[in-house]
Amino acid sequence: MSEPFPTLTATGAAEQRFWRVLKVVLPYAGLAVLIGILSALRYETFLTVDNFTIVIKRSSYVIITAVGMTMVIVSGGIDLSVGSLFAFSGVVAALAVQAGVPVPVAIGVGIATGASCGLLSGLLITLLRLPPFIATLGMMWAVRGLGEAITHGGQTQVVHAPAWKWPYSDLTTVQLGNLVVPIPVPVVLMVVIVLVFSYIMRRTRLGRYTYAIGSNVEAARLSGVRIFRHQVILYTICGALAGLSGMILAAKLSGGAPTEGVGEELTVIAAVVIGGGSFSGGVGTVGGCVIGALLMSFLANGCNLLGIPQEWQKVIAGAIVVLAVAFDQWTNRRTR
Amino acid sequence: MVAVDVHSTPVLEMRGISKRFGGVQALDRVDFDLQAGEVHIVVGENGAGKSTLMKILAGAHRADAGQILLDGRSVHIELPSDALRLGIATVYQEFALAPALTVAENIFLAHEPLRVRPGIIDYRTMNARAAELLERLNCAVLPTAVVSTLGTAQMQLVEIAKALAFRSRILILDEPTAALSEGEIEHLFNVIRQLRAEGVSIVYISHRLEEFAHIGDRITVLRNGRKVETLSMTEATIGRLVRSMAGRDVKELFPKQPATIGGPVLRVQGLTVGKRLLDVSFDLRAGEILGVAGLVGSGRTTLCRALFGLESIDRGRVWLDGRDVTGLRPTRAIEAGLGFVPEDRKGQGLALNLTLRHNVALPSLPRISGRFGVHRAAERALVHEQVRRMKIAAASIEQRTSELSGGNQQKVVLAKWFAANSRVMILDEPARGVDVGSKAEIFRIISESAAEGRAVLMVSSYLPEILGMADRVLVLYRGRLVGDLPAEGLTQERIIHLASVGSDVEASVA
Repeated sequence: MSEPFPTLTATGAAEQRFWRVLKVVLPYAGLAVLIGILSALRYETFLTVDNFTIVIKRSSYVIITAVGMTMVIVSGGIDLSVGSLFAFSGVVAALAVQAGVPVPVAIGVGIATGASCGLLSGLLITLLRLPPFIATLGMMWAVRGLGEAITHGGQTQVVHAPAWKWPYSDLTTVQLGNLVVPIPVPVVLMVVIVLVFSYIMRRTRLGRYTYAIGSNVEAARLSGVRIFRHQVILYTICGALAGLSGMILAAKLSGGAPTEGVGEELTVIAAVVIGGGSFSGGVGTVGGCVIGALLMSFLANGCNLLGIPQEWQKVIAGAIVVLAVAFDQWTNRRTR
Repeated sequence: MVAVDVHSTPVLEMRGISKRFGGVQALDRVDFDLQAGEVHIVVGENGAGKSTLMKILAGAHRADAGQILLDGRSVHIELPSDALRLGIATVYQEFALAPALTVAENIFLAHEPLRVRPGIIDYRTMNARAAELLERLNCAVLPTAVVSTLGTAQMQLVEIAKALAFRSRILILDEPTAALSEGEIEHLFNVIRQLRAEGVSIVYISHRLEEFAHIGDRITVLRNGRKVETLSMTEATIGRLVRSMAGRDVKELFPKQPATIGGPVLRVQGLTVGKRLLDVSFDLRAGEILGVAGLVGSGRTTLCRALFGLESIDRGRVWLDGRDVTGLRPTRAIEAGLGFVPEDRKGQGLALNLTLRHNVALPSLPRISGRFGVHRAAERALVHEQVRRMKIAAASIEQRTSELSGGNQQKVVLAKWFAANSRVMILDEPARGVDVGSKAEIFRIISESAAEGRAVLMVSSYLPEILGMADRVLVLYRGRLVGDLPAEGLTQERIIHLASVGSDVEASVA
């Protein structure tokens, strides 16, 4: 610190700093340990380019949505509608393709669908003063229903759009020594989104205001932050990112399915929480949610490779969410 | 009746109490004793250790070292339930009442008289016993009233009744008058006197030096976790207490600097907000500190909030440098040059889990942001400048504001508006809940800012602050402006009269 301070109250800060650093580092360390253990146990099958590519590719849509969810949760809100938005945006885009709309335009339509639903959630929350949990719970059901309604009451399981493979294919491959590493499009999208929003959250007004609102909405208002406008923007962004994720999922399927993403909003929320996000607002980072999502994906992958059955994977995932938050609470008490 | 006899065995004795939090020595070998039927006042700046000492006694914290004796016998207090069992009850500043339950349900919470064993509450007995307790406190509240419908003073009496329900011999009151009006304080003092006469020993924690003489038997001063001295009331003059608390002479609590008063910056005409603010008109000039006095509910806070666009204005106009700024929302009001320090620091002033930097820069972000976000160097320079100017004691600008002392937190709230270059500062109780040292520091900053040509509107319920700082004083009475007076020659009595009667001494005689 180059700047002088009149008084230094550094006493006792060392222990607090230890806990605070541990808190930030723990998700990363957890992921590293998990990868380490799996590498040791299943070197042959786990530690391969193919396996890693698949795991990261599969989790990319979760991460993209979790980025939006992080912003919403940091602002003190929640968005339960993202799972339904995966399905709805996918169905809308696939119907557009069937109607002869070119694929890139259809993708735009899908993202816009998600964004408009997010916008509507934001308006419900700010104009009708609904608690975010309620507004987005309503949106979750309504949008799920809409998706089924426009696919013949859910009779059509997949709205096929075979022309549409590109968003789930490999963009290119990279030669690393004697390894050929494929670079899938969803991973590229995910990395770009993560970098852009990480920057936004740390360096721009949008990000700063998000933390301020989540930490103390009154103080933010009195400091000149336009609370309502800002909240609407956040839910719109979250909806748009859910729409983008819906595009990736639709590409994987070569079409839109009205049953896509049931319960996935909870996976996304879990990723944010494991990564250090707090429901009381003001706390959480984009980097954290990426780690949270990867931790869950690698866990599922590792369980598969170790032959742990699906049911037990769920038990383990549940335990991890609870432990992550319990640890968070514990360190909060330590650093007070 | 128990007379205070300092030489008898004390009811309570705390010996050599020490407590560390992380690396902070909150208490360092503190001795404290309490006689039967005594009101023992504990004073000290924020962070002096008052609350920690009392929390150890109440079982909310555990001491690292030291001994607690009750009636000369050593006891272990490790949990709040231990303290209650031993007859020690605490009324904290923040009430611990369940708002949806009735008064009686709160008083006997978790100790309800039961009809039969497995948990059917005997409401008749409970309400009758609650009524007895309330009557003892001269409190006209029904045992069946729901707590959320009560006023602050009544809630406090319910808390005291709850403490007495345990037949407590020792009652700890933490800043009991902080949220009370004058009349309510008087009632509380009567209750305290009566309890003392009944033999209850009371530990009374407070900031308000001027009220001790009415109520205390002895005073203990803490500073930086150590006991400085214990004084009898005759020894405890305000000057001595201030010196003892601050560890230095606070010669000038109100270091008012001479300022050149210029032309009007803010003109308010006929401002009306519902029935809370009626037809208020005044001018605020550059370099001027305009004090606003009035009782609780007289419209002081409404005035501040209306100027900052937080109330819907029914009639009236506000001009800033000739520009109509009536009812501009905070974002625009800030752009126009207004800054607002709200009375509730933690609820409205600060984002506590964010850093000092983040908080100070918040209103200035539009000015220091470019196309690619916030300019970090500009931000750091801005924040460092304010830290230096305000003498904010922090480990770094990246320290979370929740870790700062009350005085430093308040400086951070002020710093926001200096950083934002506000020309008109609206300050609602800028020195509330702040220790003596920081108070003087905050007033120095306010005075300096006026000397630089800013216009300051300062609300305070503590008249010496207004008389010590203001150039002119506005007095509000039930939403009306009943006085716009030069501070020179103005007396505390005249302000009190105006604020409580609504007219001047002469007028009321006529």
